[in-house]
Amino acid sequence: MSLLNLTIAGAAQALAAKKFSAVELTTAHNNAIAALNPRLNAYITVTPELALEQAKAADARIAAGTAGPLTGIPLAIKDLFCTAGVRTTAASKILEPFVPPYESTVTRQLLEAGTVCLGKANLDEFAMGSSNITSGYGPVENPWKRNGSDAKLVPGGSSGGSAAAVAARLALGATGTDTGGSIRQPASFTGLAGIKPTYGRCSRYGIVAFASSLDQAGPMARTVEDCAILLGAMSGFDTHDSTSAERAVPDFTAALSRGVKGLRIGIPAEYRMDGMSAEIAALWEKGILLLREQGAEIIDISLPHTKYGLAVYYIVAPAEASSNLARYDGVRFGKRVDGEDLIDMYERTRAAGFGAEVKRRIMIGTYVLSHGYYDAYYLKAQKVRNLILRDFNNAFDKVDAILTPTAPSAAFGLGEKMDDPVTMYLNDVFTVPASLAGVPAMSVPAGLSAEGLPLGLQVIGKHFDEETVFAVSAALERAAGFTALPSVRAE
Amino acid sequence: MSLDSATVRRIAKLARIRVDDAEVGVLQTELNAILGYVDQLNEVNVDGVAPLSGGAQMAMRLREDIVTDGEQAEKILANAPDRVGQFFAVPKVVE
Repeated sequence: MSLLNLTIAGAAQALAAKKFSAVELTTAHNNAIAALNPRLNAYITVTPELALEQAKAADARIAAGTAGPLTGIPLAIKDLFCTAGVRTTAASKILEPFVPPYESTVTRQLLEAGTVCLGKANLDEFAMGSSNITSGYGPVENPWKRNGSDAKLVPGGSSGGSAAAVAARLALGATGTDTGGSIRQPASFTGLAGIKPTYGRCSRYGIVAFASSLDQAGPMARTVEDCAILLGAMSGFDTHDSTSAERAVPDFTAALSRGVKGLRIGIPAEYRMDGMSAEIAALWEKGILLLREQGAEIIDISLPHTKYGLAVYYIVAPAEASSNLARYDGVRFGKRVDGEDLIDMYERTRAAGFGAEVKRRIMIGTYVLSHGYYDAYYLKAQKVRNLILRDFNNAFDKVDAILTPTAPSAAFGLGEKMDDPVTMYLNDVFTVPASLAGVPAMSVPAGLSAEGLPLGLQVIGKHFDEETVFAVSAALERAAGFTALPSVRAE
Repeated sequence: MSLDSATVRRIAKLARIRVDDAEVGVLQTELNAILGYVDQLNEVNVDGVAPLSGGAQMAMRLREDIVTDGEQAEKILANAPDRVGQFFAVPKVVE
């Protein structure tokens, strides 16, 4: 039996039934990574020895009868999570070399659950990007190909390495982070399920900060159920994060079989944007039909400020980034380039250490926060952000969840959409509003494009109602019956 | 609103990022494309709308003002470029 083509839920059952050991499962993944990662570049750092040690410990737990649903499950960890003793790069040369002396809360909880860390997954530099091409450690190849073409496609971003690793069978699941779509868009591009939970559900402690009012951790996996299992272990109150929600974590897996009968599903008119491709529109219609067939009530709704989401995001996120990334000054850790004086040292260090996209965002953020422009840009954007939140709150008076496409297109080619930064930013047009409002949102694979590439639908829920998001997503997954596999994958 | 090259240089200075003369023109074009895009916010009426600063639907939590952590000098210094005893040794940063 293949040890690579499993779900997390299936692997856990097989481990419990002693069909194979955690060491065997991890060894199979280590070998698959050794064979395919040089091509895909899904991992920046691989940790095969650490993974084997953790797998041995997992086998001991299984033997002792103290295993949980994630004990012995090998995962890819996005290289934005600090991992004690394992190099953490944020895909930026400015952190070179950085070995965290502490563990992020999310990965600590996963380790306590018995998971195995296969390595640190590639990403856009500081999670800023929608294609993984801004990584300081090289781009990631999407394991999916267009029909009859060998052209390299992007896996999406910023959690592009996490997405490629899980899709290509180089991990059973992965952690991602999502600031404006960085879990959902790559999940859509690689045929995976991925959820950005409610802001505050997962602790941000130990996650390299990009835009603190938006950053949220979440899981990426091959099924909605696997995401529910992972999110359960990743979630929970943490005193180390001042915005962590002091709330009990429900059993997300219990919501999977609820179905959608009687649920009210909102279809926002404003997501039907000018120039939406016929293919994406048809996928959306298919999703609406599938949910209606299962007993959901479909309700047309309005989210009037949707079209301003991206503009708000590209003020708020760079503003927060310019502040968060001020810490990379070459003084106490990371890269340093000597200069004629202190300011010159700062400037040379940051010029050499940051890539082009990160510099652009720091500069935009610096400008919109600068004297004389703060009110016109940053304050204005914060007010429109409130209107976007109000839109969702008003909609959720009438509906239980919202269905939209995840991204405006399938995966695109390496080197495409590079004409100007705004063209790339438009990838996040459907995912950014939920990030700004802080509500949970999940991408579910729902079909293939005419060229044979996966396309996802997005389910958005109320604050802290991930259970309904999982219920709708699981129903959609069952009805859509997505079984296609990427052409590049470990066997 | 469009940035001129002097403003691009000023922003780079504020952001402590060295830019070459050759980079200024490219950055000017890119930053102006982004600012041109976000200018659409001007058409939104925000009269009486409070700014929303965060994603959390909660007030800031307070705790007792007591020491909860510490005595980790070795861990904290683990990534120091240089050290003298239990101190970071760095270039002169106070002028």
